Amino acid sequence: MHNPQLNAAGELQHLLSIEGLPRAVLTQILDTADSFVGVTEREVKKVPILRGKSVFNLFFEASTRTRTTFEIAAKRLSADVINLNIAASSQTKGESLLDTVANLSAMQADIFIVRHVASGAPYLIARSVKPHEHVVNAGDGRHAHPTQGLLDLYTIRHYKKDFTQLTVAIVGDILHSRVARSLIHGLTTLGTPEVRVIAPQTLLPTGVESLGVRVFHDMKKGLAGADVVVMLRLQNERMRGALLPSAQEFNKYYGLSPDKLALAKPDAIVMHPGPMNRGVEIDSAVADGPHSVILPQVTYGIAVRMAVMSIIAGN
Amino acid sequence: MKILIKGGRVIDPASGRDAIGDVLVEGERIAALDAAARDARADQVIDAKGLVVAPGLVDICARLREPGFEYKATLESEMEAAIAGGVTSLACPPDTDPPLDEPGLVDMLRRRAKSLAHARLYPIGALTVKLEGERLTEMAELSESGCLAFTQANVPLDDTQVLWRALQYAGTFGFAVWLRAEDLSLARDGVAHDGEVATRLGLPGIPAMAETIALGRLLELVRATGTRLHVCRVSSAGGVAMIRAAKAEKLPVTCDVGIHHVHLSEMDLGYFDSHCHLVPPLRSPRDRDALRAGLADGTIDVICSDHTPVDEDAKQMPFSESEVGATGLELLLPLTLKWATETKTPLAKALAKVTSDAARVLGVKSGRIETGAPADFAIFDPQAIFRVVPEALRSQGKNTPFMGYELAGRVRYTLVDGRVILGETPKRPA
Repeated sequence: MHNPQLNAAGELQHLLSIEGLPRAVLTQILDTADSFVGVTEREVKKVPILRGKSVFNLFFEASTRTRTTFEIAAKRLSADVINLNIAASSQTKGESLLDTVANLSAMQADIFIVRHVASGAPYLIARSVKPHEHVVNAGDGRHAHPTQGLLDLYTIRHYKKDFTQLTVAIVGDILHSRVARSLIHGLTTLGTPEVRVIAPQTLLPTGVESLGVRVFHDMKKGLAGADVVVMLRLQNERMRGALLPSAQEFNKYYGLSPDKLALAKPDAIVMHPGPMNRGVEIDSAVADGPHSVILPQVTYGIAVRMAVMSIIAGN
Repeated sequence: MKILIKGGRVIDPASGRDAIGDVLVEGERIAALDAAARDARADQVIDAKGLVVAPGLVDICARLREPGFEYKATLESEMEAAIAGGVTSLACPPDTDPPLDEPGLVDMLRRRAKSLAHARLYPIGALTVKLEGERLTEMAELSESGCLAFTQANVPLDDTQVLWRALQYAGTFGFAVWLRAEDLSLARDGVAHDGEVATRLGLPGIPAMAETIALGRLLELVRATGTRLHVCRVSSAGGVAMIRAAKAEKLPVTCDVGIHHVHLSEMDLGYFDSHCHLVPPLRSPRDRDALRAGLADGTIDVICSDHTPVDEDAKQMPFSESEVGATGLELLLPLTLKWATETKTPLAKALAKVTSDAARVLGVKSGRIETGAPADFAIFDPQAIFRVVPEALRSQGKNTPFMGYELAGRVRYTLVDGRVILGETPKRPA
């Protein structure tokens, strides 16, 4: 089947999902991000790669953090950034998704950064845009959040160097998590030998093993010997719909506390895509502790998003 | 008026006949076969050499979108599609707007269909008023208007008490009830089969047990009431197994499968192809294989098109927000032939699923080629290959997962009631 993310030359045309991307493309993005980390630490944090280009932040679902980091990344590449909070505008007036995109396309867009509540929405947009326009998925439903996955991969590579010796444990609400799906695909593509998911059965999607992960219900067993621990955000609404009894019980059995973290390798790193629920999925002592790389993740997120936009705009 | 259909491969699935021969049509009936047909003096002759002469297809589920959804399709467009597909009888579910829950609506629809003089139309009546699952419709009155069975279409009926009463009441008059087996609370939020593909794509799932749990409830109600139940659109291996057991138990149960589910599985969703957004969801390849096995051993009686024309705008949406359904009237025959070829099912046996067995479930006399039967025919070239493109479809709905496929089987003549509706005017005999 035609891979909608790649152009005829096999280069990245859109970034829609980490699944289906060749290892070489992932490595190219991570290597390019390396060079941008330097930029973000300079006094003048701008390079002219996207000068004259327009980046449209098209957020059909509310977001502050992801939208902001995309905006910063685009501005550091010297692009013009237009933020559209669609949730509050035309969609409520009944305009269709593709009409909205067609209208923005008529305003000469080069890159669309799309977040949507429905899985697959960026694929629909990617099918409808003009050949010189690019789509970057900034999170679609439960499906994918590829730039988050890439920044997680970047962070892991930064601290652990080599994926082929690692045990990575992802803990919490796997069922609803696009972050988990993207990271799992990235880790397996880059040769991580052991990817674990740790959650109660209600928070695991059917057949999750088919993604290439080992399933643990007992967090203590799942964390044993882990090099990387990725905690996922648990949304309060999961208490409704009979998925979980209470945040307190979840914290006791699946929250990351210092004593549970002690079961992982001594040099384990702790990651979280944010925003965190302290005292639910992660204790403050861990979030702010020596193993935490949660804030560096945010910093690397900007470099990774710069890398993605510069690569697709150049292809 | 006598029409001789000459030299075709005449297949009568009901009797298993599959041989070159002749058929004489006189008025609205089949008058004679083979030698007796040849000897008669015909007014017109259809040269069927190289063609299959089959009973006109009976499609037990085709949405025509009237009344209420004329922007998606009209009776005119869809009846023409039916004839182009060799479908001479079709049953339409009551999920129109308003639903077919009162005799006046059914009368009107049948009169509209009759005035078009195309395929025979058999509306299936609503089981409950407005399909709301609360009050029973006037089934006996609706039956007098021509409803042959009663159904909720795709609208769930969650209240088991109401369902029990509905089966009891329908059974009182000997009516069959047609229902889809789907547990409301398990299916409510889902858009795809709860399996590997939905997990990968992050689509909310509908587990296969949504079907088996609901089917358990339905079969128990059939045991209690003895009412004839037709299970619509079975989709899972577990569902097939339960119906097989129910038939072994001699429960009055029949069932059908949608033609898409005979060929496709969750794998065909690809990158969120909304044309594969169907009800019930396309399930795993293992389920698809079980459906084929169910067809082979007779557990599944009928294949239907589950024809659902959807306008392009309603499909150009993210998968979960797109409207469900696929156009199917014109693809029912080619896709049935494709299944027969792939599974080496004899043509007569395959065609039975869309002719004689469908007529049996519906309770009509069509679907067979024998003296005295209604003169409804689909005369087709099983070798003729065509590409599925929008222009090739008469239906207003161009929404199909098979778009771009090359399929074999083109209808050359369609006869309804002894009238040639599709195909060139037959020649006078030499």
